[in-house]
Amino acid sequence: MKLRETNHMEYMEGMEVIASDIMDRVLKATKEYDYYKYTSVDVYSVLQKDALTVDDFAALLSPAAEDFLEVMAQKSKQETAKHFGNSLCMFTPLYISNYCENYCVYCGFNCQNKIKRGKLSFAEIEHEMEVIAATGLREILLLTGESRKSDVEYIGEAVRLATKYFTNIGIEIYPLNTDEYAYLHECGADFVSVYQETYNPDKYEELHLRGPKRIFPYRFYAQERAILGGMRGVAFGSLLGLDDFRKDAFAAGLHAMLLQQKYPQAEISFSFPRLRPFINNADNNPNDVHEPQLLQVMLAYRLFMTYAGITISTRERAGFRDKVAGMVATKLSAGVKVSVGGHDEVSKGDEQFEISDPRTVSEVKQMLKARGLQTVYSDYIRV
Amino acid sequence: MEDKLIIGGHAFHSRFILGSGKFSLEMTNAVIENAGVEMATLALRRANVGGEENILDFMPEGITLLPNTSGARNADEAARIARLARELGCGDFVKLEVIRDTKYLLPDNFETIRATEILVKEGFIVMAYMYPDLNVARDLAAAGAAAIMPLGSPIGSNKGLLTKDFIKILVDEIDLPIIVDAGIGRPSQACEAMELGVEAVMANTAIATARDVPLMAKAFKLAIESGRAAYLAGLGRVLEHKAEASSPLTGFLEA
Repeated sequence: MKLRETNHMEYMEGMEVIASDIMDRVLKATKEYDYYKYTSVDVYSVLQKDALTVDDFAALLSPAAEDFLEVMAQKSKQETAKHFGNSLCMFTPLYISNYCENYCVYCGFNCQNKIKRGKLSFAEIEHEMEVIAATGLREILLLTGESRKSDVEYIGEAVRLATKYFTNIGIEIYPLNTDEYAYLHECGADFVSVYQETYNPDKYEELHLRGPKRIFPYRFYAQERAILGGMRGVAFGSLLGLDDFRKDAFAAGLHAMLLQQKYPQAEISFSFPRLRPFINNADNNPNDVHEPQLLQVMLAYRLFMTYAGITISTRERAGFRDKVAGMVATKLSAGVKVSVGGHDEVSKGDEQFEISDPRTVSEVKQMLKARGLQTVYSDYIRV
Repeated sequence: MEDKLIIGGHAFHSRFILGSGKFSLEMTNAVIENAGVEMATLALRRANVGGEENILDFMPEGITLLPNTSGARNADEAARIARLARELGCGDFVKLEVIRDTKYLLPDNFETIRATEILVKEGFIVMAYMYPDLNVARDLAAAGAAAIMPLGSPIGSNKGLLTKDFIKILVDEIDLPIIVDAGIGRPSQACEAMELGVEAVMANTAIATARDVPLMAKAFKLAIESGRAAYLAGLGRVLEHKAEASSPLTGFLEA
């Protein structure tokens, strides 16, 4: 089969085009973003402010701000407490299928990888949900790969099943058209996560060789279509380290900010997946995202968008997650399995990536309590 | 005569309404005791009936629950949340908040009026969170609200009484309890609000973010009592007296 057969900026048949200029604005600003122009004086002046502009956000993501991590963390902790008190929401993901038609060179689920594929039956989904709900969790995130083997009807049915056990249902699936989001919303889903991976269209093209995910603008506008379809909230993120992480972090933040401006009722949240730097790689690769860089990005988001939800993934080690909980993060996963199913029975498909924090729900809850934080199981009411 | 706060025909001795959800639930008892409050709000979306960390399980006996409609983006959603609260046994009081801006969390006054009309007809005792606007307060009163809850500054900001002059207009013109709801950051600001003549103060973040949460609850209690006493004592008279004594422009008049 021929690789890279399509223009990644042209929509495929059936993909909905909506009227919006947000992508052009984000791409233009990101292209112009020169993070070397900011000095410590700029960063210092930003840290004196109450409300930050886009340019202030850019300064906090710059290399100059790396020297201010402690000050940023102190300020971030205050802002997080003001907006969220000492509460941390807890949830877990459930992978219901890992069939995938996309060929994304960095992903364990990509269609070229000879991994064990699987899809849960509805009975298996319900059983997994029962096991998860028994841990006390009331929020779930349903995930699939991108394939017609897990079509919208299948996902919709899984969402309906989830409403029996959970108050808050998010989906992290392939991008859909507005009417499909509306359908899943009607089934009971309210939150949609779509990560752009990288906001550099050229790099995006190199990494997404085949499948619908190759189409950059269709993915970019997924959150906006989800909001138009009636979803209550949307999550953004880039896979930090794929390309220039400072630009990608800047772009995702600006993307979310412009969407919230256009749809003020939309709830905004972020995740910060990163590619871990390879050991033995050059020490000074500017794309490398070590823990200080990851924290810098998270803190810049908190100070720029004090109201936004920030999720910390189990890709990070327990020692990192525990410390950012309450300082910047407002939501964390626990009891995580990244294989298909596997919360109770043997999984039906291989994992997407390796997790670094395998703790159970009650272990994470104990940790939060020891840190003076409260676990929130329910913070959502569907109306 | 005993000084009581009357809301929807119910009498309260305490003029401090406590918010919840931003500090650990197991602290609730200690905070309520220190604050001496008789009424506490709770976000219904935090109710996890039969599940873990259910906020309803932590509210002590005898406290009047004030469920809020947090999460409602329009009047109809607010009405549905209020009904759900009543079904869960939270009583007839409802702190109405309708918000369709996730950034500033400023209340939507228009939808709040509409929700008040709906809920009052269904027998709820509506305490309406609002942006302090005299015309809106009049409409809320006409719709049957039991109390008007203007914000002092943006919620969670701890900035105090940025809207002081507008709240004073409501105190002067509206014949319902005016209760400052959001933005109070420190006891002195709560005291200032009470001196102004508001009937009660609600606070949450200022207490939840203190180093010693129960102690800050107590500090608020004392400040609110002090402000109330100052209001009743007639704060303005000192100045009036001074003005009468000097009368620089009218002292020449003969009887």
